[in-house]
Amino acid sequence: MSEGAAALVVLTGISKHFGEGDTRVDALRDVSMSVMPGEIVGLVGPSGSGKSTLLNVIACILEPSAGKMVLDGDLIFENRWLKGNLRQLRLEKIGFIFQFHNLLPFLNATENVAMVRELAGASTSEARHRAIELLDYLGVGHRKTAMPSTISGGEAQRVAIARAIANRPRIILADEPTAALDSQRAGIVMDLMSQVAKEQQAAIIVVSHDEKIFNRFHRIFYLRDGVLETVEKRATPAAV
Amino acid sequence: MNLAYRDIRHNLGRFVLTCIGLGMLLGVVLAMIGIYRGLVSEALALARAPQADLWIVEADRRGPFAESSRIPGDTREAVERIHGVEAAGSVTYMTTDVERTQGGRLRFQLIGYEQGRPGGPAALIAGRPLARSHFELVADRSTGLQVGDTLMLGRNRFTVTGLTAGQVTSGGDPVAYISLLDSQKLQFELAPPAARVELARGTPGGGKDTVNAVVARLLPTASATDVARSVSRWKHLAAISQEEQETILTRSVVQRARQQIGLFTSILMVVSAVIIALIIYTMTMDKIREIATLKLIGAPDRTIVAMIVQQAFALGGTGFLLGAILISTVKDYFPRRVLLQPQDGLALATVVMIVCLISSGLGVRLALRVDPAKALGG
Ligand SMILES: Nc1ncnc2c1ncn2[C@@H]1O[C@H](COP(=O)(O)OP(=O)(O)O)[C@@H](O)[C@H]1O
Ligand SMILES: [Mg+2]
Repeated sequence: MSEGAAALVVLTGISKHFGEGDTRVDALRDVSMSVMPGEIVGLVGPSGSGKSTLLNVIACILEPSAGKMVLDGDLIFENRWLKGNLRQLRLEKIGFIFQFHNLLPFLNATENVAMVRELAGASTSEARHRAIELLDYLGVGHRKTAMPSTISGGEAQRVAIARAIANRPRIILADEPTAALDSQRAGIVMDLMSQVAKEQQAAIIVVSHDEKIFNRFHRIFYLRDGVLETVEKRATPAAV
Repeated sequence: MNLAYRDIRHNLGRFVLTCIGLGMLLGVVLAMIGIYRGLVSEALALARAPQADLWIVEADRRGPFAESSRIPGDTREAVERIHGVEAAGSVTYMTTDVERTQGGRLRFQLIGYEQGRPGGPAALIAGRPLARSHFELVADRSTGLQVGDTLMLGRNRFTVTGLTAGQVTSGGDPVAYISLLDSQKLQFELAPPAARVELARGTPGGGKDTVNAVVARLLPTASATDVARSVSRWKHLAAISQEEQETILTRSVVQRARQQIGLFTSILMVVSAVIIALIIYTMTMDKIREIATLKLIGAPDRTIVAMIVQQAFALGGTGFLLGAILISTVKDYFPRRVLLQPQDGLALATVVMIVCLISSGLGVRLALRVDPAKALGG
């Protein structure tokens, strides 16, 4: 990794436990990791290993029991000013991609993308303009006015990627983004995510069980019983 | 972009059906209020028709509408002589049920009055007032009678010479006017046989020359209180001002109806509130995943709450409008008068909006509790 490029996600000694005494579950134990701009990393491990818990912590919707997290230079959870504005921070800095596209069923493709721009304060016309531009960029320009229920899973996931990057977030969290797709469409979605990581210089964290896509990750973080066991290096991030 | 509107548009069929149901319910509420207003206006119409200032009735009775009243036939002459009285007229009230010439029965209230004196019909919408002192009749058009129709009352055939509009009793019976002499004769003829014998014998207090009330108009300079005091010097008489008469009518005659309708209206409002609350709750329930997603991607609570509250308002507003349109269209087909007043509509609209706001609370509470983690898989 080149010197000087600041990591966008930095976790230091993150622990999270649920319950106390006999019912205590240590979901995360002393997890430390960092993700650089342009990097796309995998978060893998057996069921119950703590992947979701870690993703929720990075998504700022679950406060860790101990440890420190810095997202794009902001110290999260300990910073009182930031705590009240975590939603605004998510809106501006974190994009989300889901297993099922999670598009709002009552908005068409363009509106789904434009909505997050409007939430971030963009004017209606600017938001719409950006949405159309992104749909074209992701190869679903022909689906601009389609409702989510009428488009295929692969296309819906591309619209969802467009929504995730509409506010140019530096961090993108993806939760099993290819689990509902066949391998060909999964490949297309991963190509697009690699393209976004490279072109937008975003840090992308992907929780996945799908071994077919592991070769797309620059690094893979293995979790077991809440412990980050190994970090395996796969591809080299082209842009870093 | 407005999420509430987009969601409604997406589920338009369900929304429209719900609005129609709610509209019918609110339409019934509006009709109930209209029926009550109609009742009051009809009850007052009868008391307002003589354009009187003072009603002279039997002492200790709130006559002639709320309670019966019988006073001697010469009361009018005595009242007329009181200082400050401009004009006075005797009136009788009698409910009859007669055979129509063309078949079927007709139930109405007969008012006897002295021609040329207070107590007769207000403005006519057709024909002319009574001209002869016998066997002529001015009827309300709600009797279904036409000018020129004839009708057997007692042993005589009466001819309809004129028509009034909106003259019915507080019980909804149409009103017809005849001359005082005819009415006194009829009262005798139509009375039950036993009473007739008593009347014929001239039992005290049951003389043939009685009327139910005397209506008096006062000079502009006269004081109603002074005239009333003069009247009450006769121990068997009492004077009721027009204002008191109207209060008695609305209080005693319409009071129960008001309570009944008020109670019914409240129940319907509660039912509407429960329906709105349930609909909004299920609409929110159906959107849990979307709400979780919105929260996760960073939408503020205000966006989510606005969506739910706006939908509640849209539901209530559309329902109210449909109800108002429905009732305005069918109100004339009701057997009794339905009086829709803008201020009643406005008041109901306000109540509906408040109910919507409160009812959406359940959905809002649910939405605010949704965990954004729900948007992410297990
Ligand atoms: N809200 C919670 N309350 C209690 N225990 C939890 C909660 N969330 C997760 N856990 C526990 O934490 C551990 C890690 O869970 P999770 O992060 O969902 O794992 P994964 O996503 O890898 O399957 C599991 O043992 C799970 O039972
Ligand atoms: Mg999980």
